[in-house]
Amino acid sequence: MEFLVITAVKLALILFVFMTTLAYLQWVERKVIAHVQVRMGPSRVGPHGLLQPLADVIKLITKEGVLPPHVNKFFYLAAPFFAVFMALIAISIIPFGTSVTIPAIHIGSSTYGPYTTMMELANVNVGILLILAVSSMGVYGIALAGWASNNKYSLIGGLRSSAQMISYELPLSLAIAAPLLGAGTLSLRGIADTQAGYMLGFIPRWAIFQLPFPQIFSFIIFMIAAFAETNRIPFDLPEAENELVAGFHVEYSSMTFAAFFMAEYANMVTVCSVATLLFLGGWQPLWPEAYGSDFIAPLIFFISGAICIYHGLNPARPFDRITLPVFGVIFFGLAGLMAFPPTVPILMPIFWFLAKVGFLLFVFIWIRATLPRFRYDQLMGFAWKFLFPVALANLLITGFLVALFE
Amino acid sequence: MDLFAFLLFAFIAVICAVNVVLQRHPIASALSLVGVMGSLAVLYLLLGAEFIAMAQIIVYAGAIMVLFVFVIMLLNAGTEERRGRSWLAQILGLPAMLALLGLLCFFAYRSFPDAGFAKFGDFRGGTAAEVGMALFTDYLLPFEVTSILILIAIVGAIVLARKELE
Repeated sequence: MEFLVITAVKLALILFVFMTTLAYLQWVERKVIAHVQVRMGPSRVGPHGLLQPLADVIKLITKEGVLPPHVNKFFYLAAPFFAVFMALIAISIIPFGTSVTIPAIHIGSSTYGPYTTMMELANVNVGILLILAVSSMGVYGIALAGWASNNKYSLIGGLRSSAQMISYELPLSLAIAAPLLGAGTLSLRGIADTQAGYMLGFIPRWAIFQLPFPQIFSFIIFMIAAFAETNRIPFDLPEAENELVAGFHVEYSSMTFAAFFMAEYANMVTVCSVATLLFLGGWQPLWPEAYGSDFIAPLIFFISGAICIYHGLNPARPFDRITLPVFGVIFFGLAGLMAFPPTVPILMPIFWFLAKVGFLLFVFIWIRATLPRFRYDQLMGFAWKFLFPVALANLLITGFLVALFE
Repeated sequence: MDLFAFLLFAFIAVICAVNVVLQRHPIASALSLVGVMGSLAVLYLLLGAEFIAMAQIIVYAGAIMVLFVFVIMLLNAGTEERRGRSWLAQILGLPAMLALLGLLCFFAYRSFPDAGFAKFGDFRGGTAAEVGMALFTDYLLPFEVTSILILIAIVGAIVLARKELE
């Protein structure tokens, strides 16, 4: 009973936060790309376009869902749901912090709690394999969408996506296997826990720094393969706009169209979280608490708040007089919460985890704004002739050194 | 709870398996087979064999069946016609299947006469470390022989698929 209630609460919380993140990730993406290209980006709906995701969602829900007459109805409708389903399963096993304890509550004569729960929905002891399994199943959503649409552009998109995901899964798996040799466990929480602590007192024992063989090459291979697995530029061949219109989702409209976008962004968040857990030490801070890593979060939020208040007092646009002080107060509140001793052990791991995931997501968007798309034969040649041998060599060297020193 | 999940997924597995044969479109058959693989993985999970369950999904549902679907889509195979079966197959089909099933049960029972009933979550020793240890110590020779067999198959496939060199 207790377990069910706690799980239900966690489920609701994670789902709400995650769905909001997905919606706002698109806002962030549009803003970042706009600023890279010296534009403003969305700025009409709400202050700084902050209500744009809400407007997009309302638009997509209220649009008419067109069911083209020439499609295979069952698979056409099943494909987007399959894609979203597989993308969301992966999120349920990602740990994003240590444990949280809710102190005992006394209501009348009965006492509830104290409850201690881990910050994740499910602790699976083969977590990383489950992620691989789910990501390899995710290809069905896209391939089926392309095939069921009964349209030559979407069929080519679906075929490309199957071929691309099968090819890039190999270097991805090999890149994951290398840090696992050092960690010696398949549980995501276990992997992050093996990266706690510091070498020489200040270098974090993250997998990308860890001896005997720093996993920096695995990290780079993993990130490259992750771009291909999530169909992002420079590997977004399945939906290449200028040759395939929109690839596998040409025939989709309204919510089914939105489902593919949701799946893509959810996959992005998943691979960034996995990269953080495997290579960047999960929620371990960048430098020891002894040197004040706990103070960086309140400091960042305090400075952000101060900047907002300053610009609110010297407004460049009329609305800034109202909106910026509000953001300033929110940032000050967050800074206070992060410096408040009882909440520090709960919030600090979450802060570091989200900071790393956020940085990797920014890299994804940054690369989208920077690189052009690959040609199809270059994409395949790169996977099989370069990435796969390099990943194999990296795994061999890692295995050899781990066997030698342990 | 365990029993309910078992019944549910066993039911799904059987339905999907029947569907593989009944569906007339190759893609629908292939996806039903994916459903069978997925349900089997859940059954493994219920018994407590997490590693085997995940390997089942990654290898069968995630790799082999994706290739099947890919090839079916590439060849653009359409709906197949239902042809009349020979009267021999119609008469002997069901009895032959039952006989085969009976034989399997008989030999399974003969090989493990004192095996008890399986319990949910009771399977121990299927972790990745133990599977790896068994593969690289007790079963090293079969493992290596299989690897070489697969390598030969890959080389053969490439030789057959290669364009003729003048």
